[in-house]
Amino acid sequence: MPEVESDVRLEGVTKRFGDHVAVDALDLEIERGAFFAMLGPSGCGKTTTLRMIGGFEEPTSGRVHLGGEDVTDRPPFRRDVNTVFQSYALFPHLTVEKNIAFGLERQKLGKAEVKQRVAEALDMVQLGSFGARRPSELSGGQQQRVALARALVNRPRALLLDEPLGALDLRLRKELQLELKRLQRELGITFVHVTHDQEEAMSMADTIAVMREGRIDQAGSATDLYETPRTEFVASFLGISNFVDGRVIGADGDVASVETHDGAQLRLPAARLDAHGDVRIGVRPEKVQLAEPGGDVPSGWNVLRGQVIVAAFLGVSIQYLIRAAGGEELTVIAPNRDGTAPDVFTVGRDVLLTWNPDFTFVVEKEAPT
Amino acid sequence: MSLRRRRQLVPWLLIGPGLLWLAVFFAIPLANQLYVSLQTGDPETGYQFTWAFGTYTDAIADYQEQFLRSIGYAATATILCLVIGFPLAYYTAFKARPWMRNLILLLVILPFFVSSVLRTVSWQLILFDDGWIVARFRDLGLLGDDGRLLATRTAVIAGITYNFLPFMILPLYVSLERIDRRLVEAATDLYASRASAFRHVTLPLALPGIFAGSLLTFIPACGDFINAALLGTPRQSMIGNVIQSKFLFVQDYPTAAALSFILMTFILVGVALYARLLGTKTLTDSAV
Ligand SMILES: Nc1ncnc2c1ncn2[C@@H]1O[C@H](COP(=O)(O)OP(=O)(O)O)[C@@H](O)[C@H]1O
Ligand SMILES: [Mg+2]
Repeated sequence: MPEVESDVRLEGVTKRFGDHVAVDALDLEIERGAFFAMLGPSGCGKTTTLRMIGGFEEPTSGRVHLGGEDVTDRPPFRRDVNTVFQSYALFPHLTVEKNIAFGLERQKLGKAEVKQRVAEALDMVQLGSFGARRPSELSGGQQQRVALARALVNRPRALLLDEPLGALDLRLRKELQLELKRLQRELGITFVHVTHDQEEAMSMADTIAVMREGRIDQAGSATDLYETPRTEFVASFLGISNFVDGRVIGADGDVASVETHDGAQLRLPAARLDAHGDVRIGVRPEKVQLAEPGGDVPSGWNVLRGQVIVAAFLGVSIQYLIRAAGGEELTVIAPNRDGTAPDVFTVGRDVLLTWNPDFTFVVEKEAPT
Repeated sequence: MSLRRRRQLVPWLLIGPGLLWLAVFFAIPLANQLYVSLQTGDPETGYQFTWAFGTYTDAIADYQEQFLRSIGYAATATILCLVIGFPLAYYTAFKARPWMRNLILLLVILPFFVSSVLRTVSWQLILFDDGWIVARFRDLGLLGDDGRLLATRTAVIAGITYNFLPFMILPLYVSLERIDRRLVEAATDLYASRASAFRHVTLPLALPGIFAGSLLTFIPACGDFINAALLGTPRQSMIGNVIQSKFLFVQDYPTAAALSFILMTFILVGVALYARLLGTKTLTDSAV
């Protein structure tokens, strides 16, 4: 890794609109050259956070730092970050070339340099022959690329992207996801990418911050967030999760044990427990294997009893809904390895749910809302 | 009727009423006036068509002063309207809350509810030599002791400006109101200061409104005669006053018609040059 230096830093940033707290005492640190995604449902404050980094919105309190400098009181045009707006916001009265040159011209760069950098930027987004067109003469995907080129041509410290692919159809979105990722790798510019699409965030970002109600619930790599979510919200936002309530009954070295309310004992890595007493633990549906009662279970694995309620054949996998002995409804996804329909674990059958304790995670209990 | 035929018919149905209207109330009178302008004679014995192009050259020679004055007054008033109207339209489009916006727009069109002659007559009273305004101007030293406001060039230009201001403000407001504010944000994101964002984004996008407002002000102002008649003296008389008196009082129809055509030609050429200056491409493109 090159030197790890923070490029974008938010310090206790709060934004209120009237009584409404859109961003709530947010602390955030994004290191140089990272592909950072802010993921969360609509209205959780992603755009507002991005707008405060860009300078379009003034924090009610807290400080914004870029590259170690406090820029909280600086207007957007004195911050070396550029934004790709969700609506693209291309200038309709200017050609594609002039749109891309806009930032360079405002910075008073020489004509020759502007020309050269615009040409490079056009090539970079594969729009080499579109320079003389107006934005209205381009497709949505092409407009998106122009918006990207218009921002990147300035070689900003960080690129802020607000749901940049939100308006595009699925195929184009996938294509541009790859392209964005490639560009970010090649240019080494910090990308701050806002999205509500968990798949997009997971496939592109090095670090994902999951936001909820103006706060970051949890930040980490896609793997961290998926395998060891720390809140029920994160666990559910990134895929399907199964939850079981229990009480910590002790630890044996690295392995702790939890007893469910119906008396089953489940084990998990002790490091993931930071509470005593009542806890909620979870496991991902594809980590669970089904076995027949009395069948072989690898030693040390967790076991729950249950009964199949639904078995749905999805082609690539079979998805089961199982009522556990304790009453919880759990989802199990079994890969379709042998090409047969689900004739073993048919609806109504008693089954064992088994999984490796390493795949057990612990989430904060939600306060009932 | 086949679908194709009906499709072909639709455009004609749409423009038909307008075309008919223009033909009856515009083209025919215009042709008639052209015919009149080439006649000679006098009110007693009547006029005959004689291909009298001389009327045109005589009219230019005799009324050059009024022509130039009309253009000067109209241009000055148009610039004043733009200078006064733009900030107001800008505020209304971008800053005003909805109720404020409606209030301003209402106030802008409110004068239309009263006849412009009546409004101009009341300006006579306001600018009256023994009136309050003139007295204050004298107190402040803005006018000499026997200085007047009424019957001056200033009064005429101010009257024209006042009368045509709404025709400037409304198109300006419409074009500004349509500008996506996010474009201005994008400009400041791309290192444009507020002034620079205004110059490079807001202003070019407002050009169609500036163009439309200027034409709607300048063209009728060129032909205006009410303001010069009511607020000025013969020394401020404009070409409209000449045309009016030729038609109504002297009954020299050919000269009146020739003057009208000269004015029209001048305005058409002027508009074309103005459109060129602002860049027709910008106008049509940013209007999308
Ligand atoms: N200019 C504003 N005025 C009032 N409320 C706003 C404004 N901008 C955003 N909000 C509110 O702040 C919250 C967060 O908005 P936003 O940051 O746009 O969320 P996201 O981008 O995650 O969907 C929302 O509840 C939204 O209604
Ligand atoms: Mg948003």
